[in-house]
Amino acid sequence: MGHLIKTFNGGILQLGELTILAWETIRSIVRLRPNGADFLYQLYFIGVKSQSVVLITGAFTGMVLAAQAYFQFHKVKMDTGTLALVSVSMCSELGPVLTALMVAGRVGASMAAELGTMRVTEQIDALRTLATHPVDYLVVPRVLATVVALPLLTGEAILIGICSSYAVGVGLMKIDGAYALKNLLYYSSAETVFQGLIKATIFGGIISIIGCYKGLNCREGAEGVGRATTEAVVMISISILITNFFLTLFLSRVLAP
Amino acid sequence: MIEVINLRKNFGDHKVLDAVSFSIEKGRSVVIIGRSGCGKSVLLKHVIGLMVPDSGEVRIGGELLTGKTERELLRIRRRFGMLFQSAALFDSLTVEDNISFLLRREKQLTPGQIQKRVDEVLEVVELQGTHKKKPAELSGGMKKRVGLARAIVYQPEILLYDEPTTGLDPVVSDSIDQLIIRVTQQLHVTTVVVTHDIRSMRRVGQSIIMLSNGRVYADGSPDTIFSSTDPTIYRFVNGISDSKEKNF
Ligand SMILES: Nc1ncnc2c1ncn2[C@@H]1O[C@H](COP(=O)(O)OP(=O)(O)OP(=O)(O)O)[C@@H](O)[C@H]1O
Ligand SMILES: [Mg+2]
Repeated sequence: MGHLIKTFNGGILQLGELTILAWETIRSIVRLRPNGADFLYQLYFIGVKSQSVVLITGAFTGMVLAAQAYFQFHKVKMDTGTLALVSVSMCSELGPVLTALMVAGRVGASMAAELGTMRVTEQIDALRTLATHPVDYLVVPRVLATVVALPLLTGEAILIGICSSYAVGVGLMKIDGAYALKNLLYYSSAETVFQGLIKATIFGGIISIIGCYKGLNCREGAEGVGRATTEAVVMISISILITNFFLTLFLSRVLAP
Repeated sequence: MIEVINLRKNFGDHKVLDAVSFSIEKGRSVVIIGRSGCGKSVLLKHVIGLMVPDSGEVRIGGELLTGKTERELLRIRRRFGMLFQSAALFDSLTVEDNISFLLRREKQLTPGQIQKRVDEVLEVVELQGTHKKKPAELSGGMKKRVGLARAIVYQPEILLYDEPTTGLDPVVSDSIDQLIIRVTQQLHVTTVVVTHDIRSMRRVGQSIIMLSNGRVYADGSPDTIFSSTDPTIYRFVNGISDSKEKNF
């Protein structure tokens, strides 16, 4: 029981500190002009280097979804609904969530490890003595770059997912391509796509803020860095899954035609 | 210039600083000595506002550090230069970018002027031609000197050196000592040096503060410290271990 209360208190404390960090970040973005070069470097790191991960995730999710949807729809002779199902679920749920989870493993972990190492080797302290706020110099470019990159990566995953589902559905399962595409366009509205991209933007914020937070609050030594990295990935993944549920409820209300 | 009043700091139930008080006038250079682990580095981090004390206060030029937000502290820290015990170089940046870090961010000098400053200061620490190297390619002593260059390049009013000559060969140590003395005198910098090097203490320090058990154990001119007959001070400056202390 005591342990449970302690965990709960720790959770509340972390949530508070995360909010403060997010607030500091927003304030810094608004007040000071973020450094363009740092931002572009992070964008390159996050965007370009996540390509392989995102492409593979998008393609195979689209393909397996197409195959499974076809097997079920085929029983009730609704084969041409396959692509529509893939599209809607990729756009609004699987695209943003899976992309975010994959990027969390790559980018969130590396942010926690990098800032964590900087902390244990006193580089963060050195930064502060050189009259530079760690949030301005380290957190802001990372958060901005992730928030910009994630919707783009998600869009890419969705596109690849739908294309590969077309290949599986029409090429392999011999669905009628024209009808399948017509259904696809009929069922996936602009709102569906929009919902996915809004989610991706928010997930980008979650990944980078938690990644930086865990790094900046890292404990001493190599063990501290290792732990910060693991905790970052776990916390990001759980936050994404939970936030996603509430976002779905909220956005489907707001965006409903 | 620097006033430390009743500073206390605990880590868990480990008392590190227990009512430390002293003050340092503008333009003077003070050496802080004490046994390894007695809290010298922690004390320096309090002076520059990197650590928050449990109680007590630090004033810089009359201005209170304790209780200020990080952004307010940044402005005050601009007056400081600090050499870390571990050098704490930014390992993703080259030597040149490390040294010019603050100048480039402030954007008050042109790139040409910054380059000139960097060249000058690298020459002063005898590291010409290492501009493009990354910290990982440097030896421990070279890192120390880059850290020193980074601290003095923007000509701060107060310089804190945490063991500037530890790990350097005797010749370079000597030139670093001379450099510290020169910077102190020419630019009227207030200097605080933490060191274990007896020779540096004598040369650099106009006065010496000795920490022991979380308090200021002695505070006086080098001559009084070195001629002291107090057993703790005597053993420290002559490097004699206490036979009653069971170390091993
Ligand atoms: N961040 C920290 N968390 C917990 N304990 C700390 C921390 N920093 C320092 N300490 C403890 O404070 C004490 C003083 O450390 P400090 O680094 O100031 O010693 P020092 O006097 O500089 O020693 P040395 O001469 O070896 O550099 C040590 O016992 C250390 O264990
Ligand atoms: Mg020390």
